[in-house]
Amino acid sequence: MDENQNPRSPAPAVAPTRSTVRSLLRLRTYARPIRWYLTGSVASAMVASSTVLVVPLVLGRIVDGPIAHHDLGALWPLVALLLVLGLAEAGLFGLRRVLVARPLSRVEATMRGDLYGKLQRLPVSFHDRWPSGQLLSRATSDMYTLRLFLAFPLVFLVVNSLMFLAGTALMFALDWRLGLIAMGPAVPLIVLCHYFESRYSSAARTAQDQNGDLATVLEESVLGIRILKSFGRQRTMAQRFGAQAERLRGTELHKARMLANLWAVIVGLPEVALGCSLAVGAVLVAHDEMTAGTLVAFLSTALALRWPVESMGWLLAYSNEAGTAADRFFEVMDTPEEEDGHGTAAEPNGDGIRFTGVRFRYPDAPADSPDLLQGIDLHIRRGETMALVGATGSGKTTLTALIPRLYDATEGTITVDGRDIRTLSRARLREVVAVAFEEPTLFSATVRENVLMGAPDAPQAALDRALSTAQAGFVQQLPHGVDTEVGEQGLSLSGGQRQRLALARAVVGDPEFLVLDDPLSALDVHTEALVEQALREVLGTTTALVVAHRPSTVMLADRVAVLDEGRILAVGTHHDLLESCPAYRELMSGHSALEESVAR
Amino acid sequence: MTTATAVLEEPTTADGEDIPVPPGAARVLLRSLLGPHRRRVIVAMLMILVQQAALQSGPLLVAVAIDRGIPALRHHDSGPLIAVTAGYLGCAALSTLLQRSFIRVTGLLNQDILLELRTRIFRHAQLLGLDFHERYTSGRIISRATSDVDALRELLNEGLQELLSVVLSVFYIAVILLVMDWRLGLISLASFLPMYLLVRMFRRRSGRVYRRGRTAVASVIVRFTETMNGIRPVQAFRREAANTAAFDEVNRQYAVSNADGLLEMARYVAFSRAAANVWITGVVLVGAYLVTDGSLELGILTGFVLYLRRLYDPIDQLAMFLNSYQSAHAALEKIAGLLAHQPSIAEPTTPVALPAATGKGREVVFDDVRFAYRTGKEVLPPFDLVLASGRTTAVVGATGAGKSTLAKLLARFYDPTSGRITLDGVDLRDLTGAELRRGVVMVTQESFLFSGTVAENIAIGRPGASRAEVEEAARAIGAYEFIAALPDGFDTDVRKRGGRISAGQRQLVAFARALLADPAVLILDEATSSLDIPGEQAVQRAMQTVLSGRTAVIIAHRLSTVEIADRVLVMESGRIVEDGTPADLITGTGRFATLHTAWRESLV
Repeated sequence: MDENQNPRSPAPAVAPTRSTVRSLLRLRTYARPIRWYLTGSVASAMVASSTVLVVPLVLGRIVDGPIAHHDLGALWPLVALLLVLGLAEAGLFGLRRVLVARPLSRVEATMRGDLYGKLQRLPVSFHDRWPSGQLLSRATSDMYTLRLFLAFPLVFLVVNSLMFLAGTALMFALDWRLGLIAMGPAVPLIVLCHYFESRYSSAARTAQDQNGDLATVLEESVLGIRILKSFGRQRTMAQRFGAQAERLRGTELHKARMLANLWAVIVGLPEVALGCSLAVGAVLVAHDEMTAGTLVAFLSTALALRWPVESMGWLLAYSNEAGTAADRFFEVMDTPEEEDGHGTAAEPNGDGIRFTGVRFRYPDAPADSPDLLQGIDLHIRRGETMALVGATGSGKTTLTALIPRLYDATEGTITVDGRDIRTLSRARLREVVAVAFEEPTLFSATVRENVLMGAPDAPQAALDRALSTAQAGFVQQLPHGVDTEVGEQGLSLSGGQRQRLALARAVVGDPEFLVLDDPLSALDVHTEALVEQALREVLGTTTALVVAHRPSTVMLADRVAVLDEGRILAVGTHHDLLESCPAYRELMSGHSALEESVAR
Repeated sequence: MTTATAVLEEPTTADGEDIPVPPGAARVLLRSLLGPHRRRVIVAMLMILVQQAALQSGPLLVAVAIDRGIPALRHHDSGPLIAVTAGYLGCAALSTLLQRSFIRVTGLLNQDILLELRTRIFRHAQLLGLDFHERYTSGRIISRATSDVDALRELLNEGLQELLSVVLSVFYIAVILLVMDWRLGLISLASFLPMYLLVRMFRRRSGRVYRRGRTAVASVIVRFTETMNGIRPVQAFRREAANTAAFDEVNRQYAVSNADGLLEMARYVAFSRAAANVWITGVVLVGAYLVTDGSLELGILTGFVLYLRRLYDPIDQLAMFLNSYQSAHAALEKIAGLLAHQPSIAEPTTPVALPAATGKGREVVFDDVRFAYRTGKEVLPPFDLVLASGRTTAVVGATGAGKSTLAKLLARFYDPTSGRITLDGVDLRDLTGAELRRGVVMVTQESFLFSGTVAENIAIGRPGASRAEVEEAARAIGAYEFIAALPDGFDTDVRKRGGRISAGQRQLVAFARALLADPAVLILDEATSSLDIPGEQAVQRAMQTVLSGRTAVIIAHRLSTVEIADRVLVMESGRIVEDGTPADLITGTGRFATLHTAWRESLV
């Protein structure tokens, strides 16, 4: 469907000052609690690695001493030393891993938990903007990359660099001429790595974003499976997925090619240097300027340094991936959260819900489009039930979403009982305002938990009452009654059943303010009538705004407000409006004013 | 009755997959993925074979340089040293070039395998029936195709190369050692036994841990996607704290299994490294005695010890490989489990074609059809029903009366437990998927929009439809005006700037989609529930023309829809209790008459 390769991740353009090091340094907040474990890990890796450098020296001694002089008595202490070194190396390498195993897994979990918490706090408008696959890939693949970075590349960047320096020093101490030859490739390698870094980083970032896009397509295809099956369009979706996967493959191949070139040079150049030092060393030994033992020690040191040098390619590549993964993580974490209530709320004065000059446009709406709500003035008196009607797409749902502050009004104020909703904390506001959405979402939890979400401390009696108000007697027929698991991981219920549970959830806590968005759309006429009857009682004790499409729902309300083109066109009782408001008459009867006049 | 908290603490990580995974399924899957690339695998292996040979010759050349080159040089013969040096440089160049080609070849190989696996999972998930999707949960499918594929990617990216070079370097070194001195060589090779035992122990122990890990990560993903897809109710009902508690738990379990895996690895590395170093010391000791008694040259011992250290160098690499292998193996098992699941709605082995369309819809016959859930609970007791071609039938009844099940059987979302459903005399089960969807299309009350433009969403009904056809379909159903008023009209991206579309509008899009598909049989399952009355009436007016020449089944609780039907079925507890023309039923005394009166009263 979507062939153009636009990055789905709405990330801000990568700042020009970005560097892998800077991105990775931001991880220190998370690494700080485990810094001693990390230090210990680096230290043991370092000591262990230094045994790798010491062992050739001991071997050189054995060759030049006991063996050359046929002095087997002197052999034993040196062999014992070799054994001790070997065991120490093994123990330390084990220790290095043991030290960080649990702490690192905890860090990964902490970061993932923080991301999850942050995402729950970020406003709905953020989630409108970000495909959830992008968020998911940040919480899984990227977290994994970062943990792996802290476990290996970070430690070995330190250890291998130090080992490299120590080894180099040792080589120079053994013979400075050979040392110089062995160090020859250093300069070109450094230049090359620098060149490689920036290019690989951007490819890594692209791959990660494409991975997120892939997850998004996948998620949609699973969530929309009914539609795809209805139309037999699995193939279309598979093509779309294939195209996306193909794109990822392209990026990964690009990465592989870069890596291949880097590796070739990183492996090749030191080998050439080593070959040269072998030749020169042999000449030196032949001219008795150097002992055979020294040459052996030098060459084994050089060979031992092969891994730290070779590993640089891998470490660099991985650090770059981790850097971009950190960028992706902090992009979300840096998103400013909306300000919560100022905490200086006025005393409730029983004024009900009042909209004053409320305007709203979605933050990402195109600049040239008119505001969706263009100055709403509406007063729902305490204890009153107001129905909100309007044509499909007139902004009714948006208006209801403003009351629990799922979105904040662009202009104007909304007060509940005289308190500006922006002065209340979101938690407090959502405690007093209960909502039932048109699209009822149940969570993977029991029926009981799903309903009591509206009022966690409500007693059994309240639960029963809410279920009976919503005519949700069907739950008693479920395998475990109200303790049946429903939602994504549980039993799947029909649309009407879900809607009734969502309604029960809204009314369970006897909320002071109730916002119902077309709460009965999926019910059959018979059930609808029963729900309406029961709902009347609940509405008698609360202040409510009910989005309605049908006369039967409107009849629940004391007054009706008609929303048209972003403004409240009229407010009045059902009968008054039928008389005075042609738009309302059209909405309720379906006959346009024109048709009516013709009929007359 | 249990308390709410007791239920809350029920383990949520249980994967709940009732898919038996045959033993060795992961390996079979891996082999089937690698199979088509056999040639490339062989080329890659040859490259690494030669590359390792070049790389491993280093110490051998050092030994030659010391034993032959230096003495020759002392006799002013630089020939041997030059030859050795040239050989060394040649090997270096060769191994460099081969390394580069190897990475490129395996990169291509890996990416092709991953692409194939992703596509396979995706297609298979799309093939599986709705009953499966309702049980398996979307989060878990996503986890299979993302996180589990990542595990394989890890194995392919690093693992296979590690393994190949480990095996080859061990082999080469073993041969070289035996050639240099068979006594020391045999002693060295005897170390393979403890190494093998350690590997076996590690595999057994970590296999368990990783399987646990795959399940744990799937739970994390399930929780995560559920929260993000339901963020509005989460926030509106202050579900954040409870969610965080639940997420922390699965997240913690995942962390524990990760740490357990790392600890297993630490144990393996420490023990095998210790074993290797003990062996090296032993060889040095024996070697020293052999040199002393003159049966071994000093140069040979030097080379030997250098090689010996290299022999055990791959211990870490092997550990890394085993690590990614175990992780990938656990992931592949999960994937294989998903792929092994047979779609409940199978494609026919010998498809039958529908008779040519007459332009009057098709006749639908339910022949002694019965439907029960897998649990055995009967939803529809056996019944017979004939829907004449070209007619519109409305199905009404209370929620849970079985209306939707009837529709889903006709759309072949499920197959009947017994009996058969025929379309113009052809059993639905004998139709190919493509043929079936040309014949029967169902519009559900769910109105999910895919990312992309509005036009693209409508065109799902008929890919390849022209813009004019898309617009025509929208116009026919009364959706044209609102779509045209969107910022970019039909090209408005529904997930982007200004593309917010209300529930009612989405239903109109769904309708337009169905219209475009132009099926012989159209099923509407409460497809107008979110429309306002003018919208619904517009749809109904459109229906009069749209439904002519089609067989239609309309499920509705708004009785207004029923008026355009030729026939009404009233269902109760899975049975058809009334059947007749709307007029007959309204004037009768049955349930429909009661319902209709109630509905009339609910109107103005």
